[in-house]
Amino acid sequence: MSDLLKITNLKIEAVRENRTKEIIKGIDLTLKRGEVLGLIGESGAGKSTIGLAAMGFCRPGCRIVSSSSIIFDGFEIMNATLAEKQNLRGTRIAYVAQSAAAAFNPAHKLIRQYTEGPVRHGIKSYPEAKKEAQALYKKLLLPDPDNIGYRYPHQVSGGQLQRAMVAMAMACKPDIIVFDEPTTALDVTTQIEVLAAIKKVTRELNTAALYITHDLAVVIQLADRIMVLRHGNLVEEGTSKQLLEAPREQYTRDLLSVRTFQKQVEDPGENKTPILEVQNLTASYRKNTPNVLKDINLKITRGKTIAIVGESGSGKTTLARAIIGLMNPKKGKILYRGKELPYALKRRTKDELRHLQMIYQLPDIALNPRQRIQRILGRPLEFYFGMKRSQRKKRVKELLDMVELPAKFINRFPPELSGGEKQRICIARALAAKPEIIICDEVTSALDQLVAEEVLKLLQNLQDELKVTYLFITHDLATVKAIADEIIVMLLGSIVEQGPREIVFNPPHHEYTELLLSSVPEMKLDWLDELLKSRREKEAARGNGKKFHDIESYLAVSN
Amino acid sequence: MNKILNMVLKRLGLGLLTLVIVSMLIFIGVEALPGDITEAILGQQATEETVAAFRKELNLDLPAHVRYSQWLYGIVQGDFGMSLANKQPIGEMIGWRLSNTLFLAVTAACICVPLSLILGILSALYRNTPFDRIVSMTSLSAISFPEFFVAYILIALLSVQFNIFPSMVTLDEDMSFFQKIYEVFLPCLTLSIVVMAHMMRMTRAAIINVLSSPYIEMALLKGIDRRRIIVEHAFPNSLSPVINVIVLNLAYLIVGVVVVEVVFVYPGLGQLMVDSVAKRDLPVVQSCGIIFATTYIFLNLTADILSRISNPRLLYSN
Repeated sequence: MSDLLKITNLKIEAVRENRTKEIIKGIDLTLKRGEVLGLIGESGAGKSTIGLAAMGFCRPGCRIVSSSSIIFDGFEIMNATLAEKQNLRGTRIAYVAQSAAAAFNPAHKLIRQYTEGPVRHGIKSYPEAKKEAQALYKKLLLPDPDNIGYRYPHQVSGGQLQRAMVAMAMACKPDIIVFDEPTTALDVTTQIEVLAAIKKVTRELNTAALYITHDLAVVIQLADRIMVLRHGNLVEEGTSKQLLEAPREQYTRDLLSVRTFQKQVEDPGENKTPILEVQNLTASYRKNTPNVLKDINLKITRGKTIAIVGESGSGKTTLARAIIGLMNPKKGKILYRGKELPYALKRRTKDELRHLQMIYQLPDIALNPRQRIQRILGRPLEFYFGMKRSQRKKRVKELLDMVELPAKFINRFPPELSGGEKQRICIARALAAKPEIIICDEVTSALDQLVAEEVLKLLQNLQDELKVTYLFITHDLATVKAIADEIIVMLLGSIVEQGPREIVFNPPHHEYTELLLSSVPEMKLDWLDELLKSRREKEAARGNGKKFHDIESYLAVSN
Repeated sequence: MNKILNMVLKRLGLGLLTLVIVSMLIFIGVEALPGDITEAILGQQATEETVAAFRKELNLDLPAHVRYSQWLYGIVQGDFGMSLANKQPIGEMIGWRLSNTLFLAVTAACICVPLSLILGILSALYRNTPFDRIVSMTSLSAISFPEFFVAYILIALLSVQFNIFPSMVTLDEDMSFFQKIYEVFLPCLTLSIVVMAHMMRMTRAAIINVLSSPYIEMALLKGIDRRRIIVEHAFPNSLSPVINVIVLNLAYLIVGVVVVEVVFVYPGLGQLMVDSVAKRDLPVVQSCGIIFATTYIFLNLTADILSRISNPRLLYSN
């Protein structure tokens, strides 16, 4: 059988102020009917660019070099006019974007956006398309499939919206769908549903797919074949099984072995007095609105790492903000070394401020792009310790050394650094205050996995050396497994389970913890199929109609 | 929907408060003008006694706050008081003038709002083409000229040179609609030229602003036609700023027409106000001021409501 899509020698240049830079350096790619090809790589690998190029599309500022060839079903897209390309797009090749929330037009109802493609391409009438949309919504297990289409995008949750977009891509029964990181922005439990939906529709309709992701464990569940990309080059290509069991290249092995780092278990016997204690903390954003934190109690021992795990909306970041003094809780106490801290940041003493530092998720935003590193790191030194200029310079160099950055960075601006380096600067800034506790809010979520791993190792080394305490806020259970001593699982503003890592991560679990843990993709073929199968069986066995993805039901159990 | 009602009520309340403050400012401003009607009517030779008697007759001898409250009390009941100059009830004087001003504003709006939206959408669609540049340049030069200049140019061309349209507007109540349109053509054209540029450029900018959104890329990748993307995907999402600019310009069409009305000797509210200032007929000036302020506040309220309704995220927020 001939190839449905055949890309040869694809080169794409980024054009900027008359200077061109090659970002895709000669990629060959073939896709057969009904086949799922995974494109995997870290940010900057060019995987999204390739996916869009398969549709003959380039983002502004890029262009496909004319010697490239993209043949779709015998038709050379490189020679096509815009009108010809627009005829193919949506009907024969469809696209699913990373963020459904951004890719749906906020001004139109879902069903109107679903039907737009088939109706405008003259494939179906509006009533036909509408009926099909409802059938497809049902197949993708969207709640209230007959009426959900009449909602606006903002009235539907993230996971549901992503499934609605998968449905929209299927609207014209395309031959190929390009999935561009369709689950990256989702929580693990929601990710499962979307993955299941994608697998179901691509199989049933025998649709070919380009599946773009940075997560190898995810792509293994879906793809027949995988291409590993790096800096616009192909690293290696093979079936999922080959790649998993016998990777040829070191880079692939690195990607596979990511998440192997794990903190040594320390002697849990010592039961010191807690350095930070939260008692009965309750908070809401405004008066007369539901509480986002409900009666939170926790204790943190010095020199340990406590991870707060939960999905979006569980209140974990709110808890961090309350502890650090950025948000006034309604009631409850925050005790530092047994002494009660005032709620408001303004009323805390300089020393109380110094002992609690914070590192944020997005280092790009947390660092002033117009200040040199010297100034960024020097500021807390001056503020907390009143250091003179020469002292500061010496100390900044020490700090850079602690986070494993060269001393020459002292005169650089943040935009000159990579994402991982920027996050290291943020860590150094927190360390500059010589804190007792550092609150890390999703510090590795925005980083590539290999970089994230390095940052986690650094944090661990620093803890071993300085005995600093971490309060680690994350939705990523792999991170938790790697670094936490103790774990707190949060759900909708409440703590559902807490305890040492070995206890929380080993059965018996609380039901919700079980759900979270089982939802983390594993580097195993057929992991998804097996998981879905076992869940269906359990649901059937329970017989009470309770679905696994019905998050709120888990709270009812814990109360 | 309740939220919208809530907002409307809140804004209405605020609008009323603003109106009261504005009425005070107008009153104080008018008080601060040098001289009063007695001097204007009796002339410089009048004796102090006659002036005092005349002032008493017109109630001008009462303290300012008393006159203010009397005036405000009257307005609340719909009574604008009497003109000092010709002893007519102000309500009657203003009524006809106001309807003329509104007629001019509505005609101008009917021409320039659709036209500037269409031009704005077209220049967003054909961005950076000669069409876009020509529209941009023309509209820019139009706002750069003062409106009386545009008015005189139009008069010079269309009524002096070719004698198609009258340079002075005469309106009376028995004219047919089309006669009226013919009469107001030149002032209407002047206003449209001056006002269109703002609306057109805002439409263009607002659309271009949303063109880089992911949902526009998505629409392109669904194979939707570019024209349709601009009209159906980009335009609805750029409505909010456009509505605001349109409504502000509508307010200008009513409130800011003084100069144009004077040039064309148009029997509108603006001209009445200018005349009354010259005659020191202060109650008329105050009443015109209040009407202008009300228009402005009301239109702004409309803009707020419309731009909220145009955004489903605000309309159906939970």
